[in-house]
Amino acid sequence: MSAASDRLDARCPGGDMATRWTRHKFDLDLINPANRRGFHVIVVGTGLAGGSAAASLAEMGYSVTSMCIQDSPRRAHSIAAQGGINAAKAYRNDGDSVHRLFYDTVKGGDFRARESNVHRLAEVSNQIIDQCVALGVPFAREYGGTLANRSFGGAQVARTFYARGQTGQQLLLGAYGSLMRQVHAGRVNLLPRREMVELVVSGGNACGVIARNLVTGEYERHAADAVLLCTGGYGNVFRLSTNAQASNVTAAWRCHRRGAFFANPCYTQIHPTCIPVSGAHQSKLTLMSESLRNDGRVWVPSRAGDERAPGDIPEAERDHYLERRYPSFGNLVPRDVASRAAKRVCDEGFGVGATGTAVFLDFADAIARDGRTAVEARYGNLFQMYEMITGEDPYRVPMRIFPAVHYTMGGLWVDYNLETTVPGLFALGEANFSDHGANRLGASALMQGLADGTFVIPATITAHLAGRSFERVDVGAPAFAEAEAEARARNDRILGVGGGSTVTSLHRELGQCMWNLVGMSRSAAGLGEAIERVRELRDRFWADVRVPGEANHLNPSLEHAGRLADFLEFAELLATDALSREESCGGHFREEHQTAEGEALRNDEDFCHVAAWEHGALGSTRHTEPLTFEEVHLVTRSYK
Amino acid sequence: MAASPTTLRLTLHVWRQAGPERPGGFEVHHLAEVSVDMSFLEMLDILNEQLLSQGRDPFCFDHDCREGICGMCSLVINGQVHGPEAEITTCQLHMRHFADGDTIVIEPFRARALPVVRDLVVDRSALDRIIAAGGYISTDAGSAPEANALPVSTAVADEAMDAAACIGCAGCVAACPNASAMLFTAAKVSHLALLPQGAPERDRRALAMVERMDDEGFGGCTNERECQAACPKAVSVAHIARLNREFLRSSVLGRS
Ligand SMILES: Cc1cc2nc3c(=O)[nH]c(=O)nc-3n(C[C@H](O)[C@H](O)[C@H](O)COP(=O)(O)OP(=O)(O)OC[C@H]3O[C@@H](n4cnc5c(N)ncnc54)[C@H](O)[C@@H]3O)c2cc1C
Ligand code: FES
Repeated sequence: MSAASDRLDARCPGGDMATRWTRHKFDLDLINPANRRGFHVIVVGTGLAGGSAAASLAEMGYSVTSMCIQDSPRRAHSIAAQGGINAAKAYRNDGDSVHRLFYDTVKGGDFRARESNVHRLAEVSNQIIDQCVALGVPFAREYGGTLANRSFGGAQVARTFYARGQTGQQLLLGAYGSLMRQVHAGRVNLLPRREMVELVVSGGNACGVIARNLVTGEYERHAADAVLLCTGGYGNVFRLSTNAQASNVTAAWRCHRRGAFFANPCYTQIHPTCIPVSGAHQSKLTLMSESLRNDGRVWVPSRAGDERAPGDIPEAERDHYLERRYPSFGNLVPRDVASRAAKRVCDEGFGVGATGTAVFLDFADAIARDGRTAVEARYGNLFQMYEMITGEDPYRVPMRIFPAVHYTMGGLWVDYNLETTVPGLFALGEANFSDHGANRLGASALMQGLADGTFVIPATITAHLAGRSFERVDVGAPAFAEAEAEARARNDRILGVGGGSTVTSLHRELGQCMWNLVGMSRSAAGLGEAIERVRELRDRFWADVRVPGEANHLNPSLEHAGRLADFLEFAELLATDALSREESCGGHFREEHQTAEGEALRNDEDFCHVAAWEHGALGSTRHTEPLTFEEVHLVTRSYK
Repeated sequence: MAASPTTLRLTLHVWRQAGPERPGGFEVHHLAEVSVDMSFLEMLDILNEQLLSQGRDPFCFDHDCREGICGMCSLVINGQVHGPEAEITTCQLHMRHFADGDTIVIEPFRARALPVVRDLVVDRSALDRIIAAGGYISTDAGSAPEANALPVSTAVADEAMDAAACIGCAGCVAACPNASAMLFTAAKVSHLALLPQGAPERDRRALAMVERMDDEGFGGCTNERECQAACPKAVSVAHIARLNREFLRSSVLGRS
């Protein structure tokens, strides 16, 4: 066991929970509007977190540089979110409140999140909706013209705002519009098709980044007074996930190697409703929004190996196993519970479809009850997407679904100000670890991204910029030269291997290893084996990878290889973290720690803490930040 | 009826171009076993893997979400923007829509304002600059009123959503004989003009965006409607009519 570390001071304000954020904002130093222009901030990433942070800081008067991998900031992975965004507006008169959203998020995170951060998130949620509506996000409306809501996994109130099945797209386009307004005003220098390949640290402070221009291959040095990492999650360490192809751990990993602690890497979320894998060619898995579980019923045949068409299986021979095992939440149990339940029925031989690794999600009852038109209005585009991919019509035949890697709760450790252990380096959105504990509730990642970027960082960035003295470092400094040389050397080394394995084939091997041994269900033996295999694969990568072309032009194989190299280092840390966490909580399920009924068994005695890893030449060191629960009492999660 | 095959043999003619100022041309490749369950981009992945194993350069093509929402993928497939199926992007096209023995011609989006970067990748930053000229509502963070203070009827919200569904892929530009960005620009103008929140800036938005569009070298609209046919999100040319009205209005009111 590792001891609590004095390096991990979360800087949470004490006292009354409900007023902590207000008091904290008052205690933070302010920067005079006229002086803000003199501060330069680099924002890496243009998703909801990065896009909103860059726009908000520029609106306040800071000088901002914004970069992203895609050809336009509008294409960040946030665009793909379907279901919705939570807020504690309580428009439905159903007893919702800031406190309830806070409570649900702490409980849903299986008591592994920091209460102060979560409370702040719930508090600013309402302002987010106000802001988005003002920006023209076309949320769904009631006939009277007010905003509509639906309920989402894990919540018994309807607090989710949505724009058809394209909520992430509409929110991101709102943030993107604000960002482009600041680009137009000359306050944001926008750099698309750039990949951050190194963090530059001087005198202990983050002072810039090295980015590679993906079109010309040039390495660029960017200096700043603060760096915000808004680079999303690392789900693609499993290769197949619902994430976009360019989603990566590189930016976060490079920061980790330069001193930022990495927290809870083993907290990964598997989403229960995805389209099952169809073959080895598969390049990504498609999510069917969880909102489908509001109206769809999950079932498998009661008899293992029943190969009849679903329509031929009478009601009495269907096992609606979620409704049976969790009568009060039924099909709306949290994601981790729903995912493991699906894996369990498939492992026991009840799975359906050609591979036997799928369960049915059936809309027949909803269509009979509400009519096809109503169902189409709610889920039309999702049904269309399903048919396009599988060639089957879900209005007539139940969908086949299976869990897939979807979201990563782990990320760079940050304090209450969202600052990492490297002063001047902040992490926002999915790239940090702070708000979701061991499991994220549906519709709360979009909320967190916009909260961090729009309302938190504009207040807390002064903790660094005004709160301490640091030296300005320009791009001619040795720290920049050294970081650039390292980044160049790494790519040159990759190009020089000239072996026989393609990047894709090696990534596929890594993904299989991670999914099988570090996926939904983990054991000490399996994790040990995974670590061995990851090391072997890493050696093979550096001995046998083949990347064609040069570094001085658009070279997607080289980009992919660089990201895979970092995944191969990170994967070992993920497995190591999973091995050291001797309990089951949220998305982390250890086979050794379960009840007789197969439910997760938390160990609050020994593991009620954040595990944050420090990088070192001789290996990683585990530090801990103890978690205390003052408002939400530690109880075993139960969705029975 | 014979069972349809589960794998296809294909001949591919794929555009190769080393850079914007370099000459380009088609290369011919053959694939022996393409599963009908693959997506079009997965088929290109297989082609690239095959090229790599032969020690040759893979083709560059843009993609990211692979589920039809980020607008990153492009391609003209057998002369059609985003391929033969209506209302989908290239990444959503599946190989079950092709037949064994088919020849498929794959080209980049072509337009003066969208220069080729490499192979099948083009530069679409001109679209970002059109948005920068006015495709937003200018509300700073923190200054928004209570969200329900301004009711919006479902009909208006729905129509605004139809316009806002644009993914910015530039398919409309590639499909237009004039390489116009009219549908793209109209979608944003229309989305914001429909909503009451967008009203304060109506007097200048359309003018600023259209001027920018012209400056970027996009052609004019002559009502060919190819854009609507090619649009993966079925954005309607009715929005162009609204843009024209907004443009007139802002030409009168926004010049001052
Ligand atoms: C299919 C899907 C559906 C989802 N649905 C929902 C939902 O309904 N509700 C919900 O709340 N959440 C949902 N989520 C989760 C949510 O979308 C994400 O967690 C969230 O959008 C992440 O936002 P972000 O700003 O942190 O990062 P992202 O949106 O992932 O943005 C990352 C940015 O960083 C850039 N970047 C990354 N690495 C580098 C680098 N090295 N150099 C330069 N730039 C870099 C990228 O280019 C991009 O701009 C969904 C996720 C998926 C995959
Ligand atoms: S890859 Fe995102 S729309 Fe095709």
